[in-house]
Amino acid sequence: MLSKSQSTSTRSAYRSLRAVSSLNRRQILSAYAAARILPTSSAVNNQSAVPGPNFSGVSRNFATTKLNEGLYVYHIAGHSEGPSYHKPHFDKILIANRGEIACRVIRTARKLGIKTVAVYSEADSDSMHIKLADEAYCIGPAPSSESYLRMDKIIDVCHRSGAQAVHPGYGFLSENAEFAEALVKERIVFIGPPSSAIVSMGSKSESKNIMSAAGVPCVPGYHGNNQDPDFLLQEAESIGFPVLIKAVHGGGGKGMRVVSSSKDFAEALTSAQRESAKSFGNATVLVEKYITHPRHVEVQVFADQHGNAVSLWERDCSVQRRNQKIIEEAPAPGLSPELRADLSEKAVEAAKAVKYVGAGTVEFIFDNDTDEFYFMEMNTRLQVEHPVTEMITGLDLVQWQLEVAAGNPLPLSQREIPLVGHAFEARIYAENPRNNFLPDSGSLFYLSAPTPTHVFAPSLPATTPVEDAPKFTPPSIVRSSSSGDIEPSVRLEQGFGQGSQIGVFYDPMIAKLVVHGRDRTEALRVLRKALDEYKVVGVSTNVEFLRSLAGNEAFIQGDVETGFIPKHFNELFPPVPAPSPEALGQTALYVVLRDHPIAIPSSSPWTSLASRRFGGDVHDRLITLQTEDASQTHTVRVKSTSPGVFDITVNDATEFSSVSAYLGSKGEVFSSLGDRSLRTTVVSQPPPPSLPASSSPNTMERLHVFLDGQKSTLILPTPKWLLSLGGDVLGAGKGALKAPMPSLVIEVKVNVGEKVEKGQAIVVLESMKTETVLRAEVNGAVKAIGCKNGEMVEEGRELVSIEADGEENP
Amino acid sequence: MYHPSVLPSLVSCSSPEFQEKARNMDILVEDLESKLAAARQGGGPKAVARMKSKGKLLPRERLALLLDPHSPFLELSALAAHEVYSEPIPGAGMVTGIGRIAGRECVIVVNDATVKGGSYHPLTVKKHLRAQEIARENNLPCVYVVESGGAALPHQANVFPDKEHFGRIFYNMAQMSALNIPQIAVVHGISVAGGAYVPAMADENIIVQNQGRIFLAGPPLVKAATGEVVDEEHLGGGEMHSKESGVTDHLARDDEHAIAIARGIIGDLGTTGERSLQPDATPENPLYPAEELHGIVGTDLRQSFDMRDVIARIVDGSRFREFKKEYSPTIVTGFAHIHGHSVGIVANNGILFSQSALKATHFIELCSQRQIPLLFLVNVTGYMVGSKAERGGIAKDGAKMVRAVACADVPKFTVIVGGSYGAGNYGMCGRAYSPRFLWMWPNAKVSVMGSGQLSQVMSQVSKDPSQHSALGDRIEQQSTALYATARLWDDGIIKPTDTRDAVGLGLSLAKKQRLSGESNTWDGSGKGFGVFRM
Repeated sequence: MLSKSQSTSTRSAYRSLRAVSSLNRRQILSAYAAARILPTSSAVNNQSAVPGPNFSGVSRNFATTKLNEGLYVYHIAGHSEGPSYHKPHFDKILIANRGEIACRVIRTARKLGIKTVAVYSEADSDSMHIKLADEAYCIGPAPSSESYLRMDKIIDVCHRSGAQAVHPGYGFLSENAEFAEALVKERIVFIGPPSSAIVSMGSKSESKNIMSAAGVPCVPGYHGNNQDPDFLLQEAESIGFPVLIKAVHGGGGKGMRVVSSSKDFAEALTSAQRESAKSFGNATVLVEKYITHPRHVEVQVFADQHGNAVSLWERDCSVQRRNQKIIEEAPAPGLSPELRADLSEKAVEAAKAVKYVGAGTVEFIFDNDTDEFYFMEMNTRLQVEHPVTEMITGLDLVQWQLEVAAGNPLPLSQREIPLVGHAFEARIYAENPRNNFLPDSGSLFYLSAPTPTHVFAPSLPATTPVEDAPKFTPPSIVRSSSSGDIEPSVRLEQGFGQGSQIGVFYDPMIAKLVVHGRDRTEALRVLRKALDEYKVVGVSTNVEFLRSLAGNEAFIQGDVETGFIPKHFNELFPPVPAPSPEALGQTALYVVLRDHPIAIPSSSPWTSLASRRFGGDVHDRLITLQTEDASQTHTVRVKSTSPGVFDITVNDATEFSSVSAYLGSKGEVFSSLGDRSLRTTVVSQPPPPSLPASSSPNTMERLHVFLDGQKSTLILPTPKWLLSLGGDVLGAGKGALKAPMPSLVIEVKVNVGEKVEKGQAIVVLESMKTETVLRAEVNGAVKAIGCKNGEMVEEGRELVSIEADGEENP
Repeated sequence: MYHPSVLPSLVSCSSPEFQEKARNMDILVEDLESKLAAARQGGGPKAVARMKSKGKLLPRERLALLLDPHSPFLELSALAAHEVYSEPIPGAGMVTGIGRIAGRECVIVVNDATVKGGSYHPLTVKKHLRAQEIARENNLPCVYVVESGGAALPHQANVFPDKEHFGRIFYNMAQMSALNIPQIAVVHGISVAGGAYVPAMADENIIVQNQGRIFLAGPPLVKAATGEVVDEEHLGGGEMHSKESGVTDHLARDDEHAIAIARGIIGDLGTTGERSLQPDATPENPLYPAEELHGIVGTDLRQSFDMRDVIARIVDGSRFREFKKEYSPTIVTGFAHIHGHSVGIVANNGILFSQSALKATHFIELCSQRQIPLLFLVNVTGYMVGSKAERGGIAKDGAKMVRAVACADVPKFTVIVGGSYGAGNYGMCGRAYSPRFLWMWPNAKVSVMGSGQLSQVMSQVSKDPSQHSALGDRIEQQSTALYATARLWDDGIIKPTDTRDAVGLGLSLAKKQRLSGESNTWDGSGKGFGVFRM
């Protein structure tokens, strides 16, 4: 009784808040007050379960209370019994995480007036989440096992700071039952599910059993101990081909076979068992239905401490690489309302089956061929991709988590949860898509992101539940509402800024771009534009890959499946084009304008009469640019004809005449190249000044050009004389082996005192996924070693010092 | 808004006279351009190829690297020595001019080793000394880009012994250094004998290794004199001079490196030399196109034109605040701005009468008092002759004007847009009156009197008509701009459309904080005018 009435009041408050989001703060407060007071007073008047006349007369349907300025507050009065009050939020919470999710949680807490405590490792001492938080505590060295995974330290910080609850974010300790329990023991609230639910869902087999019992479909299969080939064949036939034979203890694809007909079964089984025994020391296999064109569809569920559970609709996360999501959307494309309702219903049942509390995600494998779906697992945390759900529901899931953790009922009932428009999230990773998506690491030398339109989910048009519709039906939009149409919106969830280190100790995700539009086409359009504007220099990123994905025809058609990337590999990875004449021209203009900025007019004629060469001379400059792998050399001749006007010849072939150009404050080149008006961002990445010049591209200036959504990296070759000078420096320090670039020390092959010969391998380094062997340049003895195996070393660090055999004692 | 001092344009560009004049001037300008282009080629393709094959940069490539990109270069006397010697010596084997290096205006002197190995002919010396004079008058740091075999021996009598000969180069370097005008030398090639003193006299210098050579006598002379056998590199190479003799301060790997070092030196000059100041006003373009100057002036000096039409195409906003407009209209005086710099203009609109001379004198005194530089736009046949004029005291009034010009306490600039004859040349600040710069248009003439006038005079004093016409032709040929510029009587022929920019750059150089102490020039001395004959 108590809980239901609370639920009502909060829901009402919530709705009114959403309805008034365009109004001013005072109106919002009054709406909140109205929503809270009304049911309470009715409850006081009516102590029994029988609704009183003054309230219940209108309550079974919808009560609307007119507030000022035409503001309507809805009440679902069905559960208005009992005294009701809204439990207060925590005063202070600790966020046991870092990066964008820590920032995300802190922003909601700040919005609600909750103080925040950040924790950080020594590697993060300068990071964004510390600056956003009210307090911050260092909890140890960079490795997460010594910092973000140290429960004792985090609990200690809770006590020191007086934080009443811990938000774990995702990853790290978010699905650690032990941590959840430890917090409970310390009388600190874990903002997440009870540890029992974490344990149940943590075990694949247990979770499947629970789900089957609750009527949630699981992938049909045989998971038993009977390994008799005939029995297994029989099972396979009853499951229906194709089937998957999988080693029970397996992983990494070993001991795994797809069988498409019964005649191939026996042979595949034998080989799978043999491989399994060899790899895992156990030949036991299981047989499961094999889904040829699977999709990854998941449902966001929310449950409170009072037994209520709702679905916040589904997300599609099918397009993956290395079994990790990179792009997510909500709702899933191409689902019928019935299928959607079915998914949500099953997901809510799953949550209820484990007495779930808080935010959770029920993942399904969806068979694109049959439209059937099967339970895979439940994630007992707020997920990375939660913002897409926020965008289509207009909700703040972190705020819901805080409500639930405070003991309040869910703010909305199932019938009130909107599903408006379409949202995408693109995850921007430091990785190299063209090299099998291998993660990259390094410093964000330059970062320029599109300007977000929203910090939280945008306010959506008012919606109203559809009467007499099945339970899992989204409410319909109130067309008359003055808030009008859905406007495209862009959110940027970013935990790092320019200069941050990425991917060295932690996850290489740089940011999430979240967009929302009226429909999928619009959302994709907004996403493409936002990606075009996302510029990173310093690490390789998947931005360009995401951009081609968002523009891929099959993807636009919603034709998604988990095998999307291999299936459309050629379209997604067109050959890397040579830099366009425009890109080369713009880069050359950047160099010319950067080296000698065009003077502002109205100064001395010695500046304003740029390029005025009497006697017929014309100033021109030949700029040579190389591609990063030094495989191509391009030349651009830039003639300075009058102030800020240039004639440009690219590779002695393409000519652009009378190009007017100037340099913007952030390094953008504005020009009229050819018949286009271009604005090109060029980012210069100079080599460290202490690094002697050499013919290695590493020691040369890199220019990163962003033009037409494509990034080209060009190298400005070092002049000969500078190479000659650099050679002297390098020659002088022959005995010292220095790291030529930031790299990981794979092996130091010598010991102090050891005699070495010229050419002998001394240190093996790894950088940019390639190994480099540093060799002795002189005969001599190892004097000192300045690094150790497994250590990350910065550019220019002296790794090994070799004392050359002196000429005096040959 | 209409400004009372805006000059109207009364020129009819479609009139046949205008078109005819424009065509004739176009031809002269095209001829000038082709001659300039030829001179820029230096010693020709063979010499260029030889230099390139040694991995050297060409003289103009060195210059281009030395200068700030998209900055002006005011080249001087590009046609020096044109058709003077028995063989072509383009540009007198040297490129000189004023340009920006690391944001600071400098005088740059570049030997052109493609022309006779960069050796010094008499006019090479004159061009070098004139560049130094400009540096001294305008307080500009000097950069010598050296690659020269020294004096051209066949010409040694006209190169070596006199006051304004080779030795003067080092005298100037020493004195400028004493005046805090930095002297920087970059040795890219041979710098021998007297030439060895250019780097040696410099304040700071650079030598290119395995390429630059400095010695008083080359290996053959050394062998002849002392019997010592030594190669050039050991005798005077960069390594030796940088490590042992200390003759050079910086050892560069190649031409490009040497120039980078030179730019660094200029960038670090600190407060030596002087920096020019910002203009007095915001620059504005003239209201009328400069191209119309061709059709206004033409090439026939007998056809008169209104100098105000020229001024209207040179000065900011075509605004000219005329002084004593109604008094003696054959001379035009008034105030204007060019590229934002204030300037007082004295321009001819006919013959000079007593009144004209007095008006000009008055105006020059005004500018001198107000510290406004003077620009002379010259198209003068001379002072009025005849008994009426003589009785009116034209000689003493003309002398007043000449005195005022000679002693004016402000920088002066002269552009000869038409004729500059006789005493008019003095009154209108000819070369002898040390304007900071003197430029000629391609149609300009300078001589003691016009050729027509001259023949008439000749026919009266001599009886041999054949001699008259021969002398007339010779004088006509010797009065051309090309003849004058080849002999360094000016600082170069400029296209009419270049006038505004050339004068603007010059005014900017002259715009300096007045030093409290000694001035390097008379035009900044404040010494007054002496005695005017009343």
